[in-house]
Parts: sequence; C-alpha cells; structure tokens
Amino acid sequence: MMGDIWMTLLGVLVTTLLAFVTGMFYMGASRKITARVQNRVGPPIYQNFLDLIKLQAKDTAIHHGWMQLLGPAFLMVSAVGSLMFIPVLNKGLFFENFTADGDIIFLLYLMVFGSLGMALGAGQTGNPNSAIGVTRGLTQMVGFEIPWVMAIVALILQYHTTNIAEILEAQHRSGVWSMFANPYAFIAALLAAFGMFRYSPFDIVGAPAELASGPVSENGGKFLGTMMSSHAVFAFVKLVLYVDLFMGGADNLVELVIKTFGLYLIPLTYGMVNPRYRTEQAVRYFYGWPTLFGIIAILYAVFY
Amino acid sequence: MNDKNSQKIVDVIKNFARKHSLFVLAYGTGCGAIEIPATMTSRYDAERFGIRGAATPRQADVLLITGYLSTKTLKRVIRTYEQMQDPKYVIGFGSCTINGGMYWDSYNTIKLLDMYLPVDIYINGCMPRPEAVIEGFIGLQKLIAAGKAEGAKKYKENLDWYRANQKKVIKNWVMPDYNW
Repeated sequence: MMGDIWMTLLGVLVTTLLAFVTGMFYMGASRKITARVQNRVGPPIYQNFLDLIKLQAKDTAIHHGWMQLLGPAFLMVSAVGSLMFIPVLNKGLFFENFTADGDIIFLLYLMVFGSLGMALGAGQTGNPNSAIGVTRGLTQMVGFEIPWVMAIVALILQYHTTNIAEILEAQHRSGVWSMFANPYAFIAALLAAFGMFRYSPFDIVGAPAELASGPVSENGGKFLGTMMSSHAVFAFVKLVLYVDLFMGGADNLVELVIKTFGLYLIPLTYGMVNPRYRTEQAVRYFYGWPTLFGIIAILYAVFY
Repeated sequence: MNDKNSQKIVDVIKNFARKHSLFVLAYGTGCGAIEIPATMTSRYDAERFGIRGAATPRQADVLLITGYLSTKTLKRVIRTYEQMQDPKYVIGFGSCTINGGMYWDSYNTIKLLDMYLPVDIYINGCMPRPEAVIEGFIGLQKLIAAGKAEGAKKYKENLDWYRANQKKVIKNWVMPDYNW
C-alpha cells in the first residue's frame, strides 16, 4: 500500500518534469523557428530556461490581494491536474497516474479552470489592460470551445465511450487513427487549437503592443515565471491530448515527440504568416468553418 | 544555502541567467526610440543575446531612456522606474542623457540623467547606431556578470539625494510612495 503511494508520487513528479522540460524546449524551438523565418539568428533553444531562472531570481513586491497571488498557482494546478488524467504513452508504457479515473468531459472542465482562475486574479490587479485582456480571453474561449467540444462529442459518439484510454484502445483495435476515421472532427479540433495555443492571429489576449500583455501586465518576476512554466506544461498537455485522441497515441517517447512537435508546428507556422485578428474577427472565424466542420463531424459520427 | 561558498555558486548562476535574459522596457522619450526597432528586428537581432522587449514595467529588467527627457516626462519615468522589480538597470541612451546634447540650453529638459535616476551604463552618440546599442547592452551584461550593476541599490541608499534632485525640477510633485 505504501509502495503504491510512493510510485504514484514518483509518477506525478516524473510526468510533470517530462511535460515541463518538453514544453520549455518547444517554446524555445518556437522562438528559434520564428527567428529563422524572420531571417534572424534568434536566441538559443534553452533561452526560456534562462528567462525562467532570471524571473525566479527577481524580487516580487507586488501585492494586489490574495486572488492575484493565487492566479498563477491556479494556472499551474490546472496544467498539472489535467496532465494527470491524460495517458502519456499507450497501454501503460509510462506512468499511468490517474488516467483510469477521469474522462474527457471532466478534462474539458479542468482545462478551463486555470484560465478562469487567472481571470479572477487579473481582475483583482485593477489594471485596465488586464480587464480588457480577460474579456478578450473569455470571448475567444467561447469561440474556440464550440468546435473543440463538437469534435470531442463526435469522437464520443463514434467510439461510444468518454474514456481516453478506451478511445486509444478502439483506435488500435480498428487500426485506423481517428483523424482518418473521422477527419472532420480532426479538422474542427485543429482549427480550434489555433485559438487554444494563442499564437497569432489569435494572440488577442496578450497583444503586447496594444494591451501591454493583457492579464499578465501586473505580474512580474516569480508570477511570470510560474505562468511561463505552467504554459510549458499546458502546451504539452494539449499536444498529448490531441495525439491521444486523434493520432492513436504514441508507443515510445521518440514517437511522442515527433507527433507532438509536428502538431505544434501547425499553429506556430500558421501564426508566422498572419497578423493579429481583432476580437470579433477571431470569434467570427471560430463560428465559421471550424463550427461547420464540427457539425459535419457529429453528423458523420451519427449516420456513418 | 546559508553556506558562503554555496551562496557564491547560486549568485554565479543567477547572474549568468540575468545576463542572458534582459527584458527591456524601451521608454521612447525622444528621437532615439527610432533606433530600437532596427536593433530588435532582422538586421541587428538583439534577441540572440537574450534581449527582448517587455510590455510593462512589472516584467522589465532594463529601463532604456532613449534620448532627451523633459521635466514632464521625467515624472513618468521616475514612476515607471519605481514600479520595476529588483534587480533593475537603467541605460542612458544618446548624448541627451549625458549632458543634454543638443538640448543643453533648453529650459524644460534635464541635462544629466544620473542626477535623477541611477544610470548603470551610457551609450553615447547622437544617434547611437544599433551596433552601439548592442555594444552598450553587452557592456551592461559584463557589469551584471561581475555583479557590479548595482544602480538600484545605489538608488535605495541615496534615495533622499535623488528625491531632492527630482523635486527640484518637478514642481507639482504628486506621486504615490512605493515601498518596493
């Protein structure tokens, strides 16, 4: 019994560390790739680790109230929490954590929990930029959650289960990844991912040039460091979830890195060639083609 | 961590990270602001040294004063500087921050920035080219690595002197007190 608890704790630690390191390197790679596209040399790939050490070594004498202090912690809790319910590799090849206890619907709630906590925290800072950033973020979330949930509902209808492990299992049994079994769901989810990753043209929340980085604008030093690491973990969470749901998971870590990085490149490269949308343009985008593909995906799952 | 030698190692790591990760708040007070986009973008690419822009004073490490400061702007600059979190550095950019430059006999600009804010390093020239700006940043990085960029400490220790100087030129002093 005692040994089980220690193994669980070890699993939590190792999985979080894996997610953190991978996410940080992906973020570093994204900066490097963006720089190369812009014909620059760019920062080294480990730049984000240096940023993180520096941010954690900074003094933080900002205090607007408890909710502001808790905001970054909420983000971290949400990121690590959702990581615990996603199988990293197939068939228990990696630590299973709590994947048997949670399903997709629970995960949908858990994944927005961090942003909502951060929204409350940003609201307490009293900075007008934060308030506008939060409004934009929640509006955008209302936009991309619709096609994303539709894609997931299509998968649930198709495989008659809400359990991620069982969806993985079903994909292996039929030998077809669900991105081919129900391509419309995959397209809807992928288009929703553009909003989820918040690269341009959907970087309307941060928008450094007009909103002074939005909800984050009152948070420096350790707060910013915590947010950065939670973003790294959360990026990994989202990517692994996509790989599990649509690409049949991964059998080893190399395959996982190849699949997740390939997926990560799609919103990144789409962002490189696009300027920033306005809020209503972003919402209109999500209610257009992505929602249409979502509807088709559900119809396809029901009638096919 | 209380051991002196291990503290030294921690300091070396911290200073290395600080050196290679400078978030710059480019306070575009004067004409010098036009050199900053050139420094940051493709041709001179300051990001390869870990220098990147920060949107707010809360996130920034370096306050870049680009050019002349009128007394009206000085008030905002002081307020911005005091909102930044330690460790923080100030770069005086262009001749105007050193001796007033071409505004040396103007009635409403300050002549020497160091009287009002603790400047860690100056970049001279009117205008300094992006090469000179990057040279200045590398000078600041060397100071940070050696642990000698202690402008913020100087400011705290001599706050009365700085405040007296600031109040001498800013007549309508209505400012909140920051407790850092």
